[in-house]
Amino acid sequence: MTTTDEHVEAALQRYGHRADVLLQILVELQARVGWLPSALITRVAHALGLPRARVEGVAGFYSFLHLAPVGRYRVLFSDNIVDQMLGSRALMAQLCDTLWLSPGRVSEDGLVSVDTTSCTGMGDQGPAMLVNGQAIARLDPARVNEICELIRAQRPLDAWPAHYFAIDDNIRRRDALLGSAFVPGDALRAAIALGREGWLAQMQASNLRGRGGAGFTTAVKWQACRDAPGAQKVVVCNADEGEPGTFKDRVLLTRCAHQVIEGMTLAAWAVGAQQGLIYLRGEYCYLRASLEAVLAQRRRAGWLGAGIGGVAGFDFDVEIHLGAGAYVCGEESALLESLEGKRGTPRIRPPFPVTHGYLGRPTVVNNVETLAKCCLIAQHGGPAFAATGTAQSAGTKLLSISGDCARPGVYEYPFGVSIRQVLDDCGAREVQAVQVGGASGVTVAPYEFGRKIAFEDVPTAGAFMVFDATRDIFEVARNFVHFFAHESCGFCTPCRVGTALLRNTLDKLAKGNGSAADLTEIEDLDRLLKQTSHCGLGSSAPNPVIDGLQKFRPAYERHLRNRDFVPAFDLDGALARARQMTGRDDPGAHLDNATEAER
Amino acid sequence: MSTPHFLLDGLPVPFEEGQTILEAARAAGRYIPHLCWHPEFAPHGSCKLCVVKAAGRYVSSCAMPARAGWEVESDTPALNTRRRTLLQMLFVEGNHFCPACEKSGDCQLQALAYDLEMTTPRFTHFFPDRPVDASHPDVLLDFNRCIYCELCVRASRETDGKAVFALSQRGIHKKLVVNAESGRLADTDFAATDHAAHICPVGVILHKRVGFRTPIGARTYDAAPIRVVAMRTEADDD
Repeated sequence: MTTTDEHVEAALQRYGHRADVLLQILVELQARVGWLPSALITRVAHALGLPRARVEGVAGFYSFLHLAPVGRYRVLFSDNIVDQMLGSRALMAQLCDTLWLSPGRVSEDGLVSVDTTSCTGMGDQGPAMLVNGQAIARLDPARVNEICELIRAQRPLDAWPAHYFAIDDNIRRRDALLGSAFVPGDALRAAIALGREGWLAQMQASNLRGRGGAGFTTAVKWQACRDAPGAQKVVVCNADEGEPGTFKDRVLLTRCAHQVIEGMTLAAWAVGAQQGLIYLRGEYCYLRASLEAVLAQRRRAGWLGAGIGGVAGFDFDVEIHLGAGAYVCGEESALLESLEGKRGTPRIRPPFPVTHGYLGRPTVVNNVETLAKCCLIAQHGGPAFAATGTAQSAGTKLLSISGDCARPGVYEYPFGVSIRQVLDDCGAREVQAVQVGGASGVTVAPYEFGRKIAFEDVPTAGAFMVFDATRDIFEVARNFVHFFAHESCGFCTPCRVGTALLRNTLDKLAKGNGSAADLTEIEDLDRLLKQTSHCGLGSSAPNPVIDGLQKFRPAYERHLRNRDFVPAFDLDGALARARQMTGRDDPGAHLDNATEAER
Repeated sequence: MSTPHFLLDGLPVPFEEGQTILEAARAAGRYIPHLCWHPEFAPHGSCKLCVVKAAGRYVSSCAMPARAGWEVESDTPALNTRRRTLLQMLFVEGNHFCPACEKSGDCQLQALAYDLEMTTPRFTHFFPDRPVDASHPDVLLDFNRCIYCELCVRASRETDGKAVFALSQRGIHKKLVVNAESGRLADTDFAATDHAAHICPVGVILHKRVGFRTPIGARTYDAAPIRVVAMRTEADDD
């Protein structure tokens, strides 16, 4: 039996006694020990010379780190609306019933715990789950039964059938990036031949804009980082693909890892960076081994390390950091905090990462897809890239298509494609709405299907969730609002409290206890979140509800108990405490709301 | 004009390069409401009470550097309505029972609520379960009133050199924790003489055996509203 101290020693040996790798050490210990007992937290704090409270604060921030015991088998069902539409909730109930436990609780014998988690990035092959952090997709009742048996038999995870863990790429449409054959080093060789200045000029000519959602011009970011004072510069690849409904980065990291890492190296060449970091979301930890293999291969080939491509002084290497279940870390300044081993709280800006980033160094943070696209620019030139797509949105965009359609998967289109075209291609019928850009994106109604995917029309980080006529758009928004309340970092008042209030109000509507006044209250909360939140999470949290109320108002009004009067409080809810104290939950202990209303 | 200036609610405010909107406004004798901002510490920007509209955008005035020529709105009905909503959020999120609170009359949250004419909690209370920590011989921690301004966290770390406090969890479940495996303040190196023991704007950090020494009615904000008090005593405010 390994003791706590031995586990801590092993983790420290792997990562070093550095405060900035605290999160990596905690992730490692979570995997080794199964949870993070309080003595272990003290031990880690002592070893790193950090205040214990700071270590506890970091451990408490991330969903995949547990300060209280969890089951030896931790089952987490992906709870995105698309997983739910594919039956995830019923499968979770089946698993719980079979194993005799309830969600969120640990079984009496400590064997298993079952809960939900935010979108795991498998919308094209859901319903999906994580078992002790490992992704399993394409769940159905039969597979859930098998999983119950494996857990009961206490079969170690590496002895489970390998095909459970197979993840499909589901590439359905290829264009400039996915359709081209790539020889590692080709793009870098071309960029080195251009010189650092010449290469940056090609990037400027390309008009490439960030694929992570915000659409900032990549060359401008690079130039600012290059010009920032400070000898040590950093390139970060944002592989924290947490936006519900998106999974195209998963496919790029699987299929095009060379392009992504070569893109980082191209960025390093332009800005003069020595250090590269990939922030890989915890849900994709299964990709770590293959990414490490690509890194090793590139080091051997001389495309990473000292004197890259034979250029003296071009030294650059890449290290992988794992996330641990925090959507907000996709925000670049929160991501940097997390890379430094802290709570993922977005920073005050200015200063911006390009001047004060990772450990205060000038840092470029780019999305996975943005970096991969840089290879195309190096190979074919900036003007050729700028000539594709639309005038304001050059190049192609990868879409992660899921929901009600015949062919979910990854589709690469030149920017400017219409939503109708995409819907036709993926085999969607009787479409009621499309959620473009994920939970924080835009709900597009049928009358808008002529709109185009482009920064200047419907911008997107990649998610494209289709909802047919049978779906309740109110329930879609309610799912997203729950997601934001769960993922709020809690730093600023409007987001911390506002997302929870919004969630509670939509829940009230869902129970049939809403009134017209609640809709007014929702609209007011929406405005406050938009105007006063500290970061994009809070300001985009109300998007699905704002769009819903504007374009699908009947879907909300259907849930109102009465459109005219304002119930002061929920009578039946007020009796909850009395029911709890008397241990009753039978129909006789509930007010009949229907009778109550008639009276 | 040689010194740069911006317009705050229509009146010019001069500023020096690097000064934030809130700092420049204060230096000019103009009050912008705030809870997490404190003159001794770097801007934090979490409470959002200092929200203003600068050049058409909503920003935290405590953190946003002033720019010449900006038109900044602060004391307007629209912005004060936003601030009132933020206060209501802070009130329903914790357990704030002003009449029974020892900090009543000295509490910045309460004082701001009076000043901004908050008359109802508006939202449904969360009623969180937050046990008090009375373990320390000289100081009591009543977490029910925490607004997560992190002033104690910052004062302990930056002034006292101790790191007694930190935040754990996230979202609506975020909580203040102390630097001890037991989770008890008595097991930390916290002292009643620490700067952190005198900086809480609400009623979380309370000194024992001095309760109600100053009668209600004769307390700080009983004599003058926060918009007046904040401008004169903040630097050495307890």
